[in-house]
Amino acid sequence: MYTLTGLKLKNPTILAAGILGTTGASLCRVAREGGAGGVVSKSIGPMPKTGHPNPSMVKFECGFLNAMGLPNPSYPSFLQELDIAKKDSGVPVIASIFGGNPAEFKEVAEGLLPAKPDAFELNVSCPHAEGYGAAVGSNPCLVEAITAAVKETVNVPVWVKLTPNVSDITCIGSAAESGGADAVVAINTLKGMAIDIESGYPVLGNRSGGLSGKAVKPVAVKCVYDLYTALEIPVIGVGGVSSWQDAVEMMMAGAAAVQVGSAVYDRLDIFSEISKGIETFLQRKGYSDVKELIGLSHEMV
Amino acid sequence: MLPLNATITRIDEESPSVRTFFFDFQFETMKPGQFVMVWVRGVDEVPMGLSSKNSITVQKVGEATSKLFELKEGNSFGLRGPFGKGFSLPSEGEKTLVIAGGVGAAPLAPYAEAAKSAGSEVHTVLGARSADDLLFEKLFAKTGKIFISTDDGSKGTKGFVTDVLSSLDLSVYDKIAVCGPEIMMASVFRLLEDRKVLEKSEFSLHRYFKCGLGVCGACCIDKSGLRVCRDGPVFSGVQLLNSELGKYTRDASGRRVKI
Repeated sequence: MYTLTGLKLKNPTILAAGILGTTGASLCRVAREGGAGGVVSKSIGPMPKTGHPNPSMVKFECGFLNAMGLPNPSYPSFLQELDIAKKDSGVPVIASIFGGNPAEFKEVAEGLLPAKPDAFELNVSCPHAEGYGAAVGSNPCLVEAITAAVKETVNVPVWVKLTPNVSDITCIGSAAESGGADAVVAINTLKGMAIDIESGYPVLGNRSGGLSGKAVKPVAVKCVYDLYTALEIPVIGVGGVSSWQDAVEMMMAGAAAVQVGSAVYDRLDIFSEISKGIETFLQRKGYSDVKELIGLSHEMV
Repeated sequence: MLPLNATITRIDEESPSVRTFFFDFQFETMKPGQFVMVWVRGVDEVPMGLSSKNSITVQKVGEATSKLFELKEGNSFGLRGPFGKGFSLPSEGEKTLVIAGGVGAAPLAPYAEAAKSAGSEVHTVLGARSADDLLFEKLFAKTGKIFISTDDGSKGTKGFVTDVLSSLDLSVYDKIAVCGPEIMMASVFRLLEDRKVLEKSEFSLHRYFKCGLGVCGACCIDKSGLRVCRDGPVFSGVQLLNSELGKYTRDASGRRVKI
């Protein structure tokens, strides 16, 4: 068992927000068949949203571009899905939420409380939703206010997911910490775009979107490394993790746990594979606890 | 993969509301039942079953399909795929029953052909609202025996495919492949379950797709959590026991919508 902000995880791998998290049954499947130590839901907002028109996700050699546009059924309709996930997944269930201001975040968090999520993850980092996500997450004052608003509403841990699309991610991380965050999650996707040269049309329905997958891992490692130095609270590493080696690297940079998103494309049981790989690595290197890996590279130089 | 540029080489008017668009390359590895994401540039991208290695058969239902119907020979759209799991092919000497309703005949047309080529005896139950709406009737007839039902009785049995099925001995078939409107598939499912032949059956589901790659989770079905775009769209009847089939689907926001 592994403890993260008070949550008991069977291993340090967590399903990232926005991936296979639209329904309770899907979250359960990722936990049971995929082996995730915890699961984060799709980001839920104050109003139902259909998201951007398709194409909403394309795959490249180096990663994925997506512009889903925060599709979600809103909190009243999501309660039943959260209930299913809580009852049947057997792992901590974290509700990802978004809003345009502190009051909306508070409303959504309050609205989901009846389903008793084990923690909340605040999405202040989606790069392609007007008025939401990174639009509020690039402003440290807003991030602090949003974090504080949710913290005073709920008595479960609050994680804040950060955008890398800012000049200094540690400044936003510090704002989350000042607002009372129990952990930060880094990183969300990087702004990106692809154009269909046959027609000249941008490929994504929203024109631009967010880059995830292998291509962003070095960016994520750097952000986690910097946040580990700057903050007291745990950093949860996410961005391009698709193997146990990536997870170990992320932890050595300072991640207390890792989230996996795009890599579910390769296989659903990526979580089991990563956690087994970490275990074997620990034995081979003579470590007694996975916690010994966290921030290890900071002690080297 | 980025969408491929598909140039329309021919358009067949199948019925008043259904057209087949042939394009200028072949998906050589396509398995009947697999789908492609059809990108109508500037409008939307929607999933469509392949009706052959180089065609999609489309019913005009929404914004993207309406826009597609405005396209002419020589125009182009984007295509990604083929994606998902197709129907299982029979072995030589096995008997196959194809049950097709409405535009659900599209992915089953290449399946019936492939089943016949594999050396299977193929029977088809083809249903539609009226005689004008029957799809690929000649093609199915070429692959073997065909039974027809129309809601209005303008051809074949008056009623639904289930009215035809109730008079057939289903125990003789080794493979049963079903595709059609969900209400029809749910009735067929119940009938096959009653007749204890569900384990021989496969159903092709239709759900709202967002990413089409098996990553986003928009198309997951209850209670299994299986992804229609990746673990399906073709599921075995057994996989669909106690599922949402025929009860509800989900809209683009993820809200449940009663069928």
